[in-house]
Amino acid sequence: MTTDLAIEAVGLAKSYGSTSVLDHVDLRVPRGGVFALLGPNGAGKTTTVRILATLTRADAGHVRVAGHDVGTQRREVRRRISLTGQYAALDEAQTGEENLRMMGRLLHLAPQLARRRAAELLERFDLTAAGRRRVETYSGGMRRRLDLAASLVGEPEIIFLDEPTTGLDPRSRAAMWEIVTGLATTGVTVFLTTQYLDEADRLADHIAVVDGGRVVAEGTTAQLKEQVGGRRLDVELAAAAGPEAFATLVRQLGPRAVTADPARRTVGIATDGTAAHVRALLDEIDAGRDRVAHFDVHTTTLDDVFLALTARPAPAEVRPIATENPSATEKRSEHV
Amino acid sequence: MSELALAEATRRPAPRPAIVDAAADVTTMIGRSLRLSLRSVDGMITALALPIMLMLMFVYLFGGALRTGIAYVDYVVPGVLLVCAGFGAATTAVTVSSDLTTGVIDRFRSMDVSGAALITGHVVASVARNLVSTALVVAVALAIGFRPSAGVGGWLAAVGVLALFVLALSWLSATIGIIAGSPEAANGFTFFVSFLAYPSSAFVPIDTMPSWLRGFARDQPVNTVVETTRATLTGGPVGSVAWHAVLWSLGIIAASVAASGMLFNRRG
Ligand SMILES: Nc1ncnc2c1ncn2[C@@H]1O[C@H](COP(=O)(O)OP(=O)(O)OP(=O)(O)O)[C@@H](O)[C@H]1O
Ligand SMILES: [Mg+2]
Repeated sequence: MTTDLAIEAVGLAKSYGSTSVLDHVDLRVPRGGVFALLGPNGAGKTTTVRILATLTRADAGHVRVAGHDVGTQRREVRRRISLTGQYAALDEAQTGEENLRMMGRLLHLAPQLARRRAAELLERFDLTAAGRRRVETYSGGMRRRLDLAASLVGEPEIIFLDEPTTGLDPRSRAAMWEIVTGLATTGVTVFLTTQYLDEADRLADHIAVVDGGRVVAEGTTAQLKEQVGGRRLDVELAAAAGPEAFATLVRQLGPRAVTADPARRTVGIATDGTAAHVRALLDEIDAGRDRVAHFDVHTTTLDDVFLALTARPAPAEVRPIATENPSATEKRSEHV
Repeated sequence: MSELALAEATRRPAPRPAIVDAAADVTTMIGRSLRLSLRSVDGMITALALPIMLMLMFVYLFGGALRTGIAYVDYVVPGVLLVCAGFGAATTAVTVSSDLTTGVIDRFRSMDVSGAALITGHVVASVARNLVSTALVVAVALAIGFRPSAGVGGWLAAVGVLALFVLALSWLSATIGIIAGSPEAANGFTFFVSFLAYPSSAFVPIDTMPSWLRGFARDQPVNTVVETTRATLTGGPVGSVAWHAVLWSLGIIAASVAASGMLFNRRG
């Protein structure tokens, strides 16, 4: 009964027809703090959240959320969680305040308590002025905030947020980050999904990277970065070297190439950052000392980790940084 | 442990019997559906304009050519009331379906709100909506010369039969809304219900129809309700058709309640 885990999933599997969406997913989410499930489009993030939040039944596996089994103790689980889905779950024709009050009533708060709670939350999410307007007049950012506010009416222990910042502009995104950080300090557990590495890096204490329905890596941000090596060496080939030289280089490096961008003739290579290793790498790549035009060594980002873990072998093809080019990420996941 | 229990107590109100909570949810959902109906201006206008236009068209364009034994306006109003009610009730399929295809339903589910509460909310709002629009159509009818001979008893009977049928259609629509994959598909149901008014005595007497159609036209639910309403309002002989109307409605309600419960739980 007493466990330090907010969520424990073992061997989660789910398929729709013959398409396997989740394939033996294990997750251990500690109590308190922010846990991020990071993955490209179609990785299975929403499916995982829906199973954890009791909305979808898994085909196989065991899940305990807030100490209760999601299969047999749904009611107990539901009393302790809240869900903010990928798409806003609000009544467009009701005002912000009415939406929140309705949530309060559905949680069986007395009318005046529901009213007070709604006012509190509007205040907290900077929506007091808009509270009496219908949701259909809200901007995307306001909608997201209200949606999150609606999930906090019941003061849940575990809060699921499915892609809370997708589609928000940088300012709204920063505001949402602040809210999530604030939530974590109140002792609740936040389980969020994201496609954005900087978001996971910024918010989460623990991260699980999912791809193609599997957890491909798990740990703290520091641990993940360590898996790929502490630094990255970016080399840019001279224009004179030509596309064949680039393709040869990528093939030669194999899995050590973390990124490859033929348009900019740039390859990122994992390194420990020592002078000896960087020198050895440059010698290996460019024995004749005429192919590399520039190089650059920098600290590994989660982007590198993510690409190293989720990229499929695609020699001499663009493998861009996921956060900068979501459409390319989408394309990649379609090959699954 | 005691600290935990205390936190729990401040977070949630004291436990009440499950039935009280369930009733509270139903009330909340009725309030929600009523509010959403009131704010759907398009929906209200369509539900009112269509039957009123239909009535004006039949009374003024076709009325002169049709021989029904009584003033045509007196003949046709019960039919128009039914089209109005049927159309209004059928829009419930659309509202239920849109609820189920937006994220709102996931939130309700994760809050343990029952499907029954959600559907009941929709159905009650639908009945309320239709009673209001029926009253307005009756007012227009009176203005253009509808002169029913019924006394208070006749009116009560007519309203009762109509309201029961609206309840049945609303619940059936809600069930269709659960089955339909999209609001657009659910919308098709409104046409189906409106269509049922034509092979009935709503607009023209059944004995003017081809003989192969008469049996169906006479026994189908819309016709039994139209004939009962007409008989009670115009003081004609009511007869066994009233029982058929009531039985049809009760049958549809029973089947829809059972089916909607089953289907709702199976979804997701
Ligand atoms: N109800 C369903 N029926 C069939 N396939 C489904 C269903 N739900 C999800 N899938 C498939 O499962 C895979 C994973 O979907 P999921 O929504 O969990 O991904 P995701 O990681 O949330 O993606 P995104 O970042 O685009 O939201 C996708 O290929 C999707 O097409
Ligand atoms: Mg998703």
